[in-house]
This record gives sequence, structure tokens and C-alpha cells, in this order.
Amino acid sequence: MTSIGTGYDLQNSVFSPDGRNFQVEYAVKAVENGGTCVGIRCKDGVVLAVEKIITSKLLKPGANKKIATVDRNVGIVSSGIIPDGRHFVSRARDEAASWRSTYKAPIPLAALAGRLGGYVQAYTLYSSVRPFGVTAIVGGWDSEGELGVDGQVGSGPSVGTGGKKPGAKAGGPALYMIEPSGSYWVSLLITRDGIHKTDKAHSKGYYGAATGKGRQTAKSELEKLDLASGNLSLEAGVKEAARIIYVAHEDSKDKEFELEMSWISSMDGPTKGRHQEVPKDMLEEAEKLAKKALEGEDEEETTAPEGETMEE
Amino acid sequence: MNHLPQAWGRPRDDVYGPYDASYLQSRLPQAHTQSPIVTGTSVLAVKFKDGVVIAADNLASYGSLARFTDVKRLRPFNSKSIVGIGGDVSDMQYLDRLLNSLDVTENYSSTGHSLNAKNLHTYLSKVMYKRRSDINPLWNQMLVAGLDGNDEPFLSSVDLLGTTFSSPTLATGFGAHLAQPLLRKVADDESKVADVTRERAVEAVKECMKVLFYRDARSLDRYSIAVVTKEGGGVEGG
Repeated sequence: MTSIGTGYDLQNSVFSPDGRNFQVEYAVKAVENGGTCVGIRCKDGVVLAVEKIITSKLLKPGANKKIATVDRNVGIVSSGIIPDGRHFVSRARDEAASWRSTYKAPIPLAALAGRLGGYVQAYTLYSSVRPFGVTAIVGGWDSEGELGVDGQVGSGPSVGTGGKKPGAKAGGPALYMIEPSGSYWVSLLITRDGIHKTDKAHSKGYYGAATGKGRQTAKSELEKLDLASGNLSLEAGVKEAARIIYVAHEDSKDKEFELEMSWISSMDGPTKGRHQEVPKDMLEEAEKLAKKALEGEDEEETTAPEGETMEE
Repeated sequence: MNHLPQAWGRPRDDVYGPYDASYLQSRLPQAHTQSPIVTGTSVLAVKFKDGVVIAADNLASYGSLARFTDVKRLRPFNSKSIVGIGGDVSDMQYLDRLLNSLDVTENYSSTGHSLNAKNLHTYLSKVMYKRRSDINPLWNQMLVAGLDGNDEPFLSSVDLLGTTFSSPTLATGFGAHLAQPLLRKVADDESKVADVTRERAVEAVKECMKVLFYRDARSLDRYSIAVVTKEGGGVEGG
């Protein structure tokens, strides 16, 4: 950043002559120091994992959860300034509740990501505020089942149009990542007949997302999983997410960390479309496998060291 | 001449006599629900040794017209509690949404604790009392059936005034007159609950639903019945 010291970084929402908003870039720096977060979109659900750095031995194990639930079917995890992350989650919950009070149905993930992106972006526009010091991974499952309207008491008329398209497939896993600039990426969905759907209703977001300290390592590990083929199951995804957090962890910088994981499955899967913590025994199993994989990797590295440097 | 602004453009008092100022009132006094519109009738419930049986028919009446015949008036809250609601159906829908949002926010803290039927009843009684104090009542009477904090059977009612009442057997609406005396034969006080089996309780409730269908002109022969026990609860059509 050669233009530092020119004064263009002293106020939010001000462009530098070469078209950058330095306050946003500094917010990204805050994120780069946070614990690694990983999200994986599997074929039948979404996994979220975070490396929770233990700042004090006096903290109770498992205290200060970093993954939060929004409505019933959405999980949010963020790297960066923790209170910013909490406020972000609080806003997401308000958005989900407001959607429910208007539409009497849970908020679709794409709509939630859009609203949150807009909210974060607004914090890059005014001199009276600073941008969010977090990058948040938002994962969830849009119900694929027939969801009644909230408060519905009957099944409605048995005859008549009802405006339903028979056999239409809806819902599924979705994974978004919202950055301090407010940007979030929406992937296209290519249907089996080759039609590109670019509208929000058909967006699913990332296959895999990573942020925080170990994001580069985590991203290259995610790329190896070939998530685009849609073969990874949720159970395998849990194990991969745990392994990636362990691989991305740097022992030299932080000794102690706790692995925190949550998942959301389909309606007929283990969490019934809800966002929940990964069960303790499953987490321990995934952790054990992750440590084992790490040991194996260390041995390989001593025999054939990889000379590659990874770029973001 | 009268210079007061409220007299501008009005007939002169000295010519036409005093003006009836009550016509100047632009709106009527604020009035809330004076009577329910679409209504559900009785809800019945009986405690037995391991849990509670609760039932309500599937009818929503519009006055004396049997308007909707597939209305689910038993609203499961979680595996530990079910709320049976009689009275205004739109207020019931509001309460259902309220309980839904309560459930969502309760699950935000992942402590593993969930609200039991007793907690739920306390919450609902405060909602109902607040609304009657605002002179804007939710026109319902509800039975909360389930398990309390010690996993003991719990059954209590709350009405549109926020009045709460508890008994081993409860019935709202017409059922309070017709079914309650019959249900008391099963258990007329708390000490008898331990001797009531699930089968006996279900049978008594079903019998009362039949009597109510014969005698209550706002009832239906199709009803929902649910049993809540430690093993969880479930609503069945009937």
C-alpha cells in the first residue's frame, strides 16, 4: 500500500485517486487475523467449522460459541472482530424475523445473503461509521418440502388452481460469504438441461468458502475436494471440514484452539433441515481423523517437501 | 363575529342556533375486538400417570355456519408441550406465529434446554393478561398440555382475560359444561392421576368428543387428539 500516508485512508467512504477505499481494505486486514472459518456445501447439506483460538486458560471449554443460528435453518460463522460478528448475526436474525412477519415463511438463503450484503455495504458509505471488521460465512438449507404458511390452520381448498407448479423442485443447500466491502458471490446454477439460472431464486453461493488466518491453506484444500461434482456427502464433509481447520492451523502462532462445527442437512437428513451443532461423538471422531491425517502429512513432507507457494 | 377557528365556515350560532359540535368529531373512539368472528369450540384434556391427552375438533365456525372443516386447533410447540386453542381462529393464528417466533429465538442459545409446558403456560398467561390490560384481548381460551420441569404431567388453562386455572381434567367452551363433569369421573383430584392409565384417559376423551358432537351445535365429528409423554408427543387426526 504505497498510497498510505497520503491521507486518503483517514476517512471512511473516501476514494483514493487510484480508486480504492482504504478503510475497507484495513477491515479486510482485521479479518485476516481472525481464526480460520470454513464452510462446505455438500450434496445433502452444509457444514460450518471454525478454529476458535483460546485466548485464556481460564475460559471454560466450549464457552463463547462462535457459530450462531439464524431462524432455524441458517448458520453464521465469522472471522475478524468478534463484536462486529455478533452485531452481524443480530442483524441477520432481525432480517429473518422481519421476512417472516411479512411473508409468513422462512427467509430464503439467497435473500438473506442479499440483505446482509446490502447492510454491510452501507457501512462503507458514510464517514460517521467504519466498515465491518468481519467476513461472515452464511450457510443453510432452503426447505425442499412443502412448507405451510406460518399460522396456517387447514389445508385449503381441495380443488382449484392454487398457483402451484406441479413437480417443481425447490430448496437445497446454500453457502454465502459476505466480505467487509459488502460483496458476496452468487454462483450460477446450471440445470440438467443446460439452462443457466442466474436469478436469486436459483443461486446457491459457494461450493466451499474459507476466511481468517488460514484461508489460503483452507481454500487450496477445499479446491482439492472437487465440490462442483456434487459427490461429497454431509458426513464426509464434516470430516473434511475438521481436517481443513487442523491443516490450516499454524502451531507457531497460536498453540491452543478449539474446533467448533455445525451442520444443516436436508429435511430427511440427520438435522431435518435445521442448523445444529455437530453431535459431540461425531465431532470427536472427525477431530481424531483430522489429527491422524495431519500426522500422516507431516511424514510425507519430511520425505518430499513441497516447494510451492500458495497465492490467494 | 366569532373569530375562533373552529367556527370558520360553520353556520353562525346567532342565526342558526348553537351547532352540534359532536358532528365535528372525525373518528369514533378506538375500539378493539368486541366479539370473535371465526371460532373454534371446545378443547378437552386429561392428565394420566405418564402424561396428558388433549383433543379438539377440526371445525372453525363462522357464526352458526360450519365454515372450515379441516382446522388444526392443537398446535404442538415442542416434544414436551402442545397448546389446544378455542375461540377466535385469527387470534389463534397470531398466537401460533408468536409461539413459532418464541421457539426460534429460544433455540438461539445452544444450551440444550427447551421450554417446558409450564414455562409455556406462564408465557401465554402473560401475553393474554397484557392484551386484556390493553383492552385489546386475544379472544381465545387455551389449554397447555405437556410436561413440567420435573417431567411430570402438566395441564393448565389460560383465557382471554389472562385468568389461569389448573386441574387434572380441563375443558374449554361448551366442553366446560358437558365434558368436564364426565372427565372428572376419571380423575377428580390430583391424587387420582397416578391411577389413570393412558388407555383410560384416551378413551374418556374420545367419549367426551362424541358427547360434544351430539350436543354442541358448533362441533364436528372429525377431531385431532394428541398424547404427550416423556417419549414425546404427537397429534393424530381422528
